[in-house]
Amino acid sequence: MPETLEEIECLSRRIRGWLVEITYKKKTAHLASALSCVDIMVAAYCGGTLNIKPSNASSPERDRIILSKGHAVGAQYAILAYRGFFDEKLLDTWNEDGGQLPEHPSPRCVPGLELATGSLGHGLPCGLGMALGLRIKKLDSKVLVVLSDGECNEGSVWEAAMMAPAQKATNLAVIIDYNKWQATGRSDEVLSLHPLSEKWKAFGWYTREVDGHNLTELQNAIEDAYRQKDKPTAIIAHTVKGKGVSFMEDDNNWHYRAPTADEVSLALLELGLA
Amino acid sequence: MRNAFAKTITSEASKDPRITLLSGDIGNRMFDKFKTAYPDRFFNCGVAESNMTGVAAGMALCGLRPFTYTITPFVTTRCLEQIRVDVCYHNAPVTIVAVGAGYSYATLGSTHHACEDIAFMRNLPGMTVICPGDAFEVEAAVHAIIKQNNPVYLRLGKKGEPLIHESAPDFEIGKGITIQEGSDICLLNTGNTLPIAIEAGKKLKKRGISVKVVSLHTVKPLDNQLLKEAFTSCPLVATIEEHSLIGGLSGAIAEWLADNGPMNAHFCRIGTPDKFFHLTGSQSYLRKQTGLTPKSIADLLENRLLEI
Repeated sequence: MPETLEEIECLSRRIRGWLVEITYKKKTAHLASALSCVDIMVAAYCGGTLNIKPSNASSPERDRIILSKGHAVGAQYAILAYRGFFDEKLLDTWNEDGGQLPEHPSPRCVPGLELATGSLGHGLPCGLGMALGLRIKKLDSKVLVVLSDGECNEGSVWEAAMMAPAQKATNLAVIIDYNKWQATGRSDEVLSLHPLSEKWKAFGWYTREVDGHNLTELQNAIEDAYRQKDKPTAIIAHTVKGKGVSFMEDDNNWHYRAPTADEVSLALLELGLA
Repeated sequence: MRNAFAKTITSEASKDPRITLLSGDIGNRMFDKFKTAYPDRFFNCGVAESNMTGVAAGMALCGLRPFTYTITPFVTTRCLEQIRVDVCYHNAPVTIVAVGAGYSYATLGSTHHACEDIAFMRNLPGMTVICPGDAFEVEAAVHAIIKQNNPVYLRLGKKGEPLIHESAPDFEIGKGITIQEGSDICLLNTGNTLPIAIEAGKKLKKRGISVKVVSLHTVKPLDNQLLKEAFTSCPLVATIEEHSLIGGLSGAIAEWLADNGPMNAHFCRIGTPDKFFHLTGSQSYLRKQTGLTPKSIADLLENRLLEI
């Protein structure tokens, strides 16, 4: 398990490299969406606040991390593999016929994968149900749900956003991967999302805005989230879609595009992995 | 039926700490005993059924046994994708409890009518579909549901339906209950029209026709053995349901016949038409309009039997 900030940053780069390569090999979509949330996922799994590891992946007491933007699950598969939840070799079977790593995750497809996502707007209601269920079972476990900004178009997100504060679900937190893009346009232009932090605040959440690629800021925000005594916390993580590869950053063509061999080489060079 | 559900779920919750009850801002007084006894396991989820269903799935994935409850269209088609993905895809043991089968809420208009729900629920992989015929079947169904571990759709009428049984019957999911034996016509009923089916049977008996009446409370999975016997021993088999002829019990049995036939018996389907009602009307008015009365059914089946 990575301990130092340097090791954690190295893990982020390694995940980005794998995402670029696998997207090239398997010609899959959503590379930029996955690159956008790599640091969020790394902070969630390695930040020390959430207790979820290979040895407790089936334990009722574990903390739960849900990636509600299931199209970015490559980032989650990679970190689960690199943290030892399953054999890294399995990563090569991504999107293969008969394989267990679909482009959107199926239920419990690998250890540590809490929820089948892919249809947007499902992770927060289910995560809220887990948070309430854990409370009923008198467990102190925490739930973290990672949403995309485009996903906040879904009404079900706001249904859950209203219920969680009403239930004082303080063992629940969300991180919104706010990269300002959705599949076919600027997220604020498609449906008026701005001001996002104020929206969550108005719905009864503690809110905090962080640089979604600064691991220290992310880790601190996650740690603070569960210290709040009367409200759940929403962390607005300002991110860059396609983060880590200069020619993919903030270029929405990479929502669907897969890189060429030359582009993979360039990307790995930039990531310091060549 | 809804009072039987409230009573049974409250008594079951005293024995089973896994049970949670999620309501879509409905059942204000009905769940008072549950709320008083188990305040930490009752959730008024507001008028937000998609979230309610997802919350229930999340609870189920933590080892609880949630029941979601509101009026049929809102707890089924309104949140169909949450039922499909969060509940069924995960095979989460959530029970979707719908109140107001068919035209139970007739006067509230077609927004509140429920004649398509069985079709939507039964084609979801892993979903069991149960439509009890009276309050005692509701009680028995809830007991049976808690003993199994999969998604269930439980379709209730409203309240005050006539009691058919004298106590909770022997109830097995997927096994029909024979109410009376007969040899000319087999009436297979699902859900809240059971009293109508029985009355139709009585009228036919007076006309010298022997009628078997079955409460086929489980639409999925179907009772293979019972269907084989019905279609080989009676010249005419009829289905009765306060549900569309598209996709409900009759649709399920038509599919079953295509896979298991040919069978000796003729098949007659009685249900609701493929249309919305724009004019107002009570449940009994709409039942008259759609031929769901003992007399209409008896007349129809007598004629069909004569044609054979």
